[in-house]
Amino acid sequence: MAERSLRGKVAVIGIGETTYYKHSQSPDPEFILALKAILAACEDAGINPQDIDSFASYSNDRNDPSRISAALGCKELRLSNMQWGGGGGGGAAAVGNAAAAIATGQAEIAVVYRALAQGQFQRFGQAQAGGTVAGDNALINPYGIFVPAQRFALKIMRYMHDHGIKQEALRALAMASYHHAQSNPRAVMYGRPLTEEAYDASRWISEPYHLFDCCQENDGAAALILVSAERAKDFKNKPAYVLAVAQGSDHRNAARSFNAPEFASASFGPVAPHLWEMAKLGPKDVDVLQSYENFTGGVLMSLTEHGFVKPEECNEFLRLENLLAPTGKLPLNTSGGNLAECYMHGLELQIEAVRQLRGTATSQVPGAKVAGVIAGPMVTPVSTMILGSEETL
Amino acid sequence: MSYLPKGLPAPVTETDKLDAPYWAGTREGKLRVQRCAACNTWQWGPEWLCHNCRSWDMRWVEVEGKGKIWTWTRCWHPVHPALKGHGPYIAVLVELPNAGNVRMLGNLLGDPEQPVRIGAPVEAVFEPHDDAATPYTLVQWKLAT
Repeated sequence: MAERSLRGKVAVIGIGETTYYKHSQSPDPEFILALKAILAACEDAGINPQDIDSFASYSNDRNDPSRISAALGCKELRLSNMQWGGGGGGGAAAVGNAAAAIATGQAEIAVVYRALAQGQFQRFGQAQAGGTVAGDNALINPYGIFVPAQRFALKIMRYMHDHGIKQEALRALAMASYHHAQSNPRAVMYGRPLTEEAYDASRWISEPYHLFDCCQENDGAAALILVSAERAKDFKNKPAYVLAVAQGSDHRNAARSFNAPEFASASFGPVAPHLWEMAKLGPKDVDVLQSYENFTGGVLMSLTEHGFVKPEECNEFLRLENLLAPTGKLPLNTSGGNLAECYMHGLELQIEAVRQLRGTATSQVPGAKVAGVIAGPMVTPVSTMILGSEETL
Repeated sequence: MSYLPKGLPAPVTETDKLDAPYWAGTREGKLRVQRCAACNTWQWGPEWLCHNCRSWDMRWVEVEGKGKIWTWTRCWHPVHPALKGHGPYIAVLVELPNAGNVRMLGNLLGDPEQPVRIGAPVEAVFEPHDDAATPYTLVQWKLAT
């Protein structure tokens, strides 16, 4: 049987972002943010927006591809794809879904996008007052557990207990993002460095998460343009080829009332092996990694489940110097990520991976050829991907 | 007297009645979870069929309210209007060794700033909310004596 793989069949040829704002500070409605990001990606790619025929997004994005297509005057609409699941778990899956459509002749020029103006809608970090709850939430909300910071604190608390992981490991992950944001003028936390003392002194949100372990809430939008590998070299940018994408979660991940057998995890147990198999690469081959920080604990478990570090080696390995571009052993979240660049539901991480492969990042890893992007951990489904330069094909 | 202030969302039975025996049980001071009549697998939270053998014959079985703390968090940030100004509180995920190690969330009663130990034995405490529009009873936990 022929091998079934996306490896090298599709490439990212355009990237675009709006200005990134703190939540509630966007002067534009969310739909305008979506359009601006897509137009910026078209400009970057050197394509006419009318030629986009396919759209993929995730996390119940409110901006309907049919409306976007009509607004942009696109010649035709082919793929309209939404990845199930909340949080940023679908960020890499949306790229994979668009790439699969291109590779199988269902799409020609696809845009993967995410627009988010939390200030104009419900914020992720605050629950609404009063009322009643049913189903899974009836077993959770009456105990004061509502938001992701609390739900995911339960996971990492157990994981740290099982593996003897110290708070300093989480701190190093937060500091890596803040460190890289200081070189990135786009970052919301540009000019606001984080010290160990400030981390330690910051208030608890939900133990073991301090304030600085938690992502921001932001307004903005981001977009990537994908075409087939055959067409990729017709455009002006150095293509970033999709080497592998994997999505899903482990056995009974969504069992109610926190009864997933592997509850203390980032949900990548069986997903990461699919990634490495398709990429024909392993963790040691990755030159630069973006790993979605909803919370630092999720990054830590993502790293272990992908094989970048063993659980029992986290205290030793997760030190700031190992995580910094250009010379660290594992340069991580090199634009500042969700913590310090912008919580663009992780799509800013995908864009940063493309920049690293082009050689245009603000904290560049010299000669980066293999870039990993791990999308939102600890939800279901999650997703993860590897991009590579032409040399890796 | 409830552990958390009034104004948090009140639990109601699902419209399809899947979890009705659980909520009816807590009103009577009984802790019930599902157990498969075909293969004896314990199951929580509730689902219409057994995840192990796909039998539809799921029974509601009363279990002893004794467990161990499997994980926990102390919440400080008020994420709900009813929690503003309240201060910290502890949520525990309790494993029930007498019911196939299923897990249930609750609050750990007592000093909200007490140290918490994973593995510590706990006992269920029924916390009635009789004045709710639809009265309900929560299952809370206290350290075993």
